[in-house]
Amino acid sequence: MTTGSDDTMMLTTPFHSRIAAACELNSWGDWMGYTTPNAYTDVELEYFAVRNAAGVFDLTPMNKYRITGTDAEAYLNRLVTRDVSKIGIGRVGYTVWCDEAGQVMDDGTIFHLAENDYRICAYARATDWLHWSALGFDVTIEDETAEVAALAVQGPTSCAALTAMGLVGLDQLKPFGLTEFDFEGEPLVVSRTGFTGDLGYELWIAPHKAEALWDRLFESGEPYLIKPFGTHALEMARIEAGFLQAGVDFMPAEEVVRNGRSRSPFELGLGWLVDMDKSVFNGRRALQQELARGSRYRFAILDVDGNKPANHSFILKGNKQVGTVTSAAWCPTAKSNVAFAQIEMPYGAVGEELVAEIYYQRELHWTRVLAPCKVIDAPVFSHPRRRATPPGNF
Amino acid sequence: MKKYDAIVIGAGHNGLTNAAYLAKAGLDVAVLERNSYIGGATVSRELYKDWTYTNCSYVCSLLRPEIARDLELPRHGLQVVPYGGGVTFKRDGDYYGNYYDHNRQYREMSRHSKRDANAYERYTADVMKQTRLIRPFLLKRPPDPTSLKLRDLRDLADFAGSFMEMGERGLADTLKFWTKSVGDYLCEYFETDVIKAHLGGSGIIGTALGVFSPGTAYVLLHHYMGDVDGNVGSWGVARGGMGAVSGALAKSFQAFGGEIICDADVDRIVVRGGKATGVALKNGDEYHADVVVSNLDPKRTFLDVMDVQDLPAEVVSKAENFKIRGSSGKLNIALDGLPTFHGLDKSSPLMLGDMHFSDSLERIERAYDDWKDGTWSKDPYVDMLIPTQTDPSMAPPGKHMMTVFVQYAPPKINGGEWTDADKDGFEKSVIDQIAAHSPDFKDLILHCETRTPREIEAEVGLTEGNIFQGELTFDQLLFNRPFPGYAQYRGPVQGMYMCGSGTHPGGGVMAAPGANAAREILHDLRKPSTVPGGYADD
Ligand SMILES: Cc1cc2nc3c(=O)[nH]c(=O)nc-3n(C[C@H](O)[C@H](O)[C@H](O)COP(=O)(O)OP(=O)(O)OC[C@H]3O[C@@H](n4cnc5c(N)ncnc54)[C@H](O)[C@@H]3O)c2cc1C
Repeated sequence: MTTGSDDTMMLTTPFHSRIAAACELNSWGDWMGYTTPNAYTDVELEYFAVRNAAGVFDLTPMNKYRITGTDAEAYLNRLVTRDVSKIGIGRVGYTVWCDEAGQVMDDGTIFHLAENDYRICAYARATDWLHWSALGFDVTIEDETAEVAALAVQGPTSCAALTAMGLVGLDQLKPFGLTEFDFEGEPLVVSRTGFTGDLGYELWIAPHKAEALWDRLFESGEPYLIKPFGTHALEMARIEAGFLQAGVDFMPAEEVVRNGRSRSPFELGLGWLVDMDKSVFNGRRALQQELARGSRYRFAILDVDGNKPANHSFILKGNKQVGTVTSAAWCPTAKSNVAFAQIEMPYGAVGEELVAEIYYQRELHWTRVLAPCKVIDAPVFSHPRRRATPPGNF
Repeated sequence: MKKYDAIVIGAGHNGLTNAAYLAKAGLDVAVLERNSYIGGATVSRELYKDWTYTNCSYVCSLLRPEIARDLELPRHGLQVVPYGGGVTFKRDGDYYGNYYDHNRQYREMSRHSKRDANAYERYTADVMKQTRLIRPFLLKRPPDPTSLKLRDLRDLADFAGSFMEMGERGLADTLKFWTKSVGDYLCEYFETDVIKAHLGGSGIIGTALGVFSPGTAYVLLHHYMGDVDGNVGSWGVARGGMGAVSGALAKSFQAFGGEIICDADVDRIVVRGGKATGVALKNGDEYHADVVVSNLDPKRTFLDVMDVQDLPAEVVSKAENFKIRGSSGKLNIALDGLPTFHGLDKSSPLMLGDMHFSDSLERIERAYDDWKDGTWSKDPYVDMLIPTQTDPSMAPPGKHMMTVFVQYAPPKINGGEWTDADKDGFEKSVIDQIAAHSPDFKDLILHCETRTPREIEAEVGLTEGNIFQGELTFDQLLFNRPFPGYAQYRGPVQGMYMCGSGTHPGGGVMAAPGANAAREILHDLRKPSTVPGGYADD
């Protein structure tokens, strides 16, 4: 009999001892093979920690790749749709990357750590594609997912809480900025980034310092009402903030089996990430054609009447089905009922009035409502503190 | 003086809601407020440097989500944050805690009584049945059962329909709920004193009745029928205090072009030829409008700002007999740190919610006896929160603000006015009760604002300091609120309306009376309604 090696079992992150102690509900999920908390105490209260004070989320399972070498910038420019030369040292850029058919493989962030030194954070595992695209470039690609522990600290008191932990001067860091502090002799990289649409930071550190970081953070954060939050609360926050989730709002192109189920950046409302002035990048030719020919779909944020979330709804124009909902939630801060939808062209322009066919269950009884909805031009949550520098203490 | 389309007297949250909906319909509207600040009983004030007190109301649940969304209150700065927890401390050093998580709650209740823990599920379902019945009527005017108008008959049929849908047992329950005492009602489900006391408190909040007085079961329902983001019965704090509610309503109103005039103490509503034509201020200024809306309670409206000669004798008599007995007081306290409570860890989620020290219904009833005797309760029932454990914006980091709502405090002390010495005595009975369960509490007090019914009446204008603008007893609810024949927001004089908590569906920071009144006013002006319909519960 052979016993399985440890790394084929569900993994835990370097914060696990602390998370398990705080996870009163013992509600665990699986994120890329890591044991991750769905919720600690109560989803709503955790969500409000993010919007009202400071919430802490373990994002260690995020796939992280280190790209180094003299061709690093050129390589990344070939890989992604954005112009990477515009992401200066100490800056972070949100981007997507496409396959040759101009279909989105993933979205993620590029951290410009130093000269010829970048980190890509990605939803999907990307080793194969990164190597595939590296042909002819002098770069080294390293999967450092397990070598970097990471925490997101998000919410209005996040800057004050981190400053209290000793990150003096953090209030000067601009959105998408990146800086480094010393944490007990180890470098602690801090970026002003996140997936909540609020003021927030992400902390990157060596795994052996993870527990110490957690402890210090919660100790100094206490007067700032800091709380851990799980995946479910994050889901509410990201929908309110208008952020797409790979695997939910679009299928990573490489995983798609059925023809036509993948999407281009334009079809996901991410055209602003595509720099057609770049002469070459993966998918450019196909995207050029799409621009000339027109897209098949449009990404729409819908403000839905009533208080029933439009999960999995069909979107109708008159009697015609013109789209489907990919994510939906009642948004507690914005007090609105929001849905992300993929709408067939030419429908779904901003201001257009559509109908969501919603099914919901109460005590085993299903009800169908036809809720009027409207395509809106911006996410329902947007707070000035997200952009302000300094961002204020609460 | 300039002529407006409508004048609203009072910038309480209902006056502001009413004004916002009238302005949204295109009317030129002014709100006249006696104080130098807005909000009435929905107010935040800095009375101690760097501390924001939520001086009167302090928790939020009743505020209609349809209105919050429609008037874009979040965009205008309102955020309602739910809090978990809640605890009643016992005299023997133990406590009963109220957890947000259902199964944790069950385990905690089982610690006291396994049977009660199980009965709680039946209790919750029964209370939910009643909230389902009442919630759809919050954003509707009450039907007039004596009217033969098509609109009333239709409303009445709706109403009857919902009742019939409850079935025989449900209907019997409804009658029970609307007439019984909260004490008797709870005894049908629970055996443990502290559990009954914990649940029963909300049956007497703001009410000059005891836990064994008939009618208090409804008051419990009144505190249960709200929701935070669809969680019926949940409560939250408004970030920055309840003044954030009135502040957001005011911004919404102003965004529709409305005008708020503070320091405008209305002396009377001017009536000419049987019609309201405007208002006169105490300082002699006059403002003209064809529509005059009163946000004041019924007594103040009819016996103070209206001239008796302009009113039918019946209305004067009804206003005189309207039950609006003061029964509550409040302490707002600035704390140098988070107090320690016997038996509880400071990081316990139970600390986040409402805290109480009355561990039996008997003790709450005794507290009421003092009220009947014309004095404040020596062993009061308090509803206490430390919202700064949830809201980082109301006190400096690590410091705290405590709000202590107190039953009972009578409007008069043995028939005489409250004196400062009485106020000190009242304050002491509350502080001592808290200190009996918290060894470091007294040392942490930096500042304390104490409000007896005297202060509440003088500042907010609530007669006798009654927090709901009139008792929430069945004889003063629905088509009887404030009185029969006048429950549809129209006053006895043409062009004069009521929009305060003294009208359906009553007190609390709900905004429904103000919105419902606007719908009726716009109806009379033959304008399309700007007021949203209610969300269906299912
Ligand atoms: C101590 C206390 C605690 C409470 N706690 C809660 C709670 O936690 N949760 C909850 O939901 N509800 C609570 N309530 C009840 C709730 O606050 C009230 O029912 C609600 O705020 C009343 O709103 P309103 O707009 O109807 O009237 P009010 O707030 O009474 O507004 C009336 C306004 O009219 C003004 N006014 C009076 N006379 C004149 C005049 N002659 N001229 C011009 N203006 C005038 C007043 O200054 C005031 O601004 C509490 C109330 C009190 C007093």
